[in-house]
Amino acid sequence: MLSRIAPVQVTAYTATTALGVGKASMLAAVAEHRSGLRPNAFGRHALATWVGQVDGLDAPLPASIAHWDCRNHRLAWRGLCADGFMDAARDAGRRFGPARVAVVMGTSTSSIGATEDAYADLDATGRFPAHMNRREVHTPHSISAFVQHALGLEGPCLTVSTACASSAKVFAVAERLLRLGLVDAAVVGGVDTLCGSVLFGFNALQLVSPRPCRPFDAQRRGINLGEAAGFALLARASGAAGAAGAPGALQLLGHGESSDAHHMSAPHPHGLGAERALDDALVRAGVHAHAIDCISLHGTASAKNDEVEAALVARRFKGTTHASSTKGFVGHTLGAAGIVGAAFSLLAIETGLMPGTVNSERLDAVCGPQIRLAPARGEVRLALAHSFGFGGTNCVLVFGRGDGAAAAAIGPLP
Amino acid sequence: MTALFIDAVALWAPTLPGWDPARAAFRGEGAPVEPPQRRPSPELLAPAERRRAPDTVALALEVASVAVAASGHAAGALASVFTSAHGDLGITDYLCRTLVNAPTAVSPTRFLNSVHNAASGCWTMAAGCMQPSTAVTAFDHSFAAGLLEACVQCTADERAVLLVGYDIQACGALAESTASRGLLGLALVLAPVRGPRSVASLTWSLAAGPALAVPLRSVAAQALAGNAMADGLPMFEALALERRDAFCLPLSATLGLELRLRALAG
Repeated sequence: MLSRIAPVQVTAYTATTALGVGKASMLAAVAEHRSGLRPNAFGRHALATWVGQVDGLDAPLPASIAHWDCRNHRLAWRGLCADGFMDAARDAGRRFGPARVAVVMGTSTSSIGATEDAYADLDATGRFPAHMNRREVHTPHSISAFVQHALGLEGPCLTVSTACASSAKVFAVAERLLRLGLVDAAVVGGVDTLCGSVLFGFNALQLVSPRPCRPFDAQRRGINLGEAAGFALLARASGAAGAAGAPGALQLLGHGESSDAHHMSAPHPHGLGAERALDDALVRAGVHAHAIDCISLHGTASAKNDEVEAALVARRFKGTTHASSTKGFVGHTLGAAGIVGAAFSLLAIETGLMPGTVNSERLDAVCGPQIRLAPARGEVRLALAHSFGFGGTNCVLVFGRGDGAAAAAIGPLP
Repeated sequence: MTALFIDAVALWAPTLPGWDPARAAFRGEGAPVEPPQRRPSPELLAPAERRRAPDTVALALEVASVAVAASGHAAGALASVFTSAHGDLGITDYLCRTLVNAPTAVSPTRFLNSVHNAASGCWTMAAGCMQPSTAVTAFDHSFAAGLLEACVQCTADERAVLLVGYDIQACGALAESTASRGLLGLALVLAPVRGPRSVASLTWSLAAGPALAVPLRSVAAQALAGNAMADGLPMFEALALERRDAFCLPLSATLGLELRLRALAG
């Protein structure tokens, strides 16, 4: 049954993207309204497009975890090392016991890039080279298993792989584990790296733009792929300071999931699935749509997604809600898009700085006053993050602060 | 945790193409089918879609639709958890082979079907179901981890949940690092309250400490052990035997999912 949930405390979070390592790189780019996209030079056959590539992934993993080495895990490791996240997660393991901390990661392709590399380097008998024949790496759960190992945790460990909604749904999985008392904390997040499968797969679907992507722009021509690693450490807010949690603490207030039941790659034309996820998220958070200050939109810059999402935002939110897509900053990071969107939303709550929609110049006529091209400053009490994926999977997250603002913000219905 | 109820059970393997033959074989009362079937033909899909569906989707939708029909629940009302250790290994092999020399020749359809939630998405479309559906994976413990997620959803939100587990044969160069043989599809419908179709009650909890795989009792189940979804077979053997049974499915080397099953008189 759908009912309001107790808030969950976000005790630490971080993201590493094409903008750089950690939250400071994101904040600086938002303030300067600066894109992290570049012309694509990735891989053996470089597709003519722009990408959100992360620098500094050439060095192998430290010797103690070298058997996990691959591009996806190097990115995960870089991400874990940022913003003190690894210390916070290990500290949770010590405080609650390693079996009481879950690891739930989202990914679309995990380390398939390593499998692609092995196929490009088969030996004379058609086999993987010996150093690439590591079964833990050539499977989609690889990312969660690696993160759990790297953090020394032993609680439930699950990978959610629902395309571009993966690392949004991990928040829902973790919230339920916390609600039932099965764990005391959870590391959630998402990691996806550039690889041939997604570059040429999205190219085959004619969804890739040859130019920098322009979300919600009337002239948008498709997506730019990106890579990212992001993490959040969640714990029951009631454990921190009473039922409402510590004053000022960042919180996950609600989550909503749904299915379009419409098409594998195109959204429901009226956004019914997305709206259902939105409604469920608002009910769980106990807030009204008109109380939302800021939205990190899915906004991929594909023709259909942006059309349907813009119409949803126009009909459901007040005109002063600040909504934007950050895909022009970092590209579409697929299975990591959920955690990246969550990180942008949490940053907006913490700093009051709300991102613009970089690269875009002239909004599509379908956009309402909510969708903004320029960044803005203001008080952000409640923020949403939208994530929609192939297969018609949808997830909406609601974030806020543990200071009673959320309860006050429910306000009268319009 | 308070008891949940199992409202339907489904299984498909080439030699045990349905829960009735599987149940009989696990009880030592029936023999595997000869010759083995190649793959299932889920009636939920239109004939053209049925032919085009990749093996993973055909397998998952077969056990999903059979389980939901037997459960008495409306397909559109069920949340669902789809779990698979490796997803569609045939498509992974195809993509990796094609990318080596002819990346621009990648088939858009096969790319779409490569996403781990392809079966989940196809199920929601075929069943007209707008409820939440997820696709998860946990390597050698994918059934147990999917069952945990389904139990958590069923308990936390007091709602009926369809659980579908499936894995297929590994092929190509990938087969050397990723072992999975044959096709195996498993499905359960879990409900928070006992209903007219409930076949068993299920209590569950997490148990920290060393967790060892439960040995399979029947020759028929042992014959399916090479599939990557085989960590679910002890549960289906227990369901086939229809008695009070307690066992622990490993979630890792150091964490288990403790289960207590009690068959309910029909």
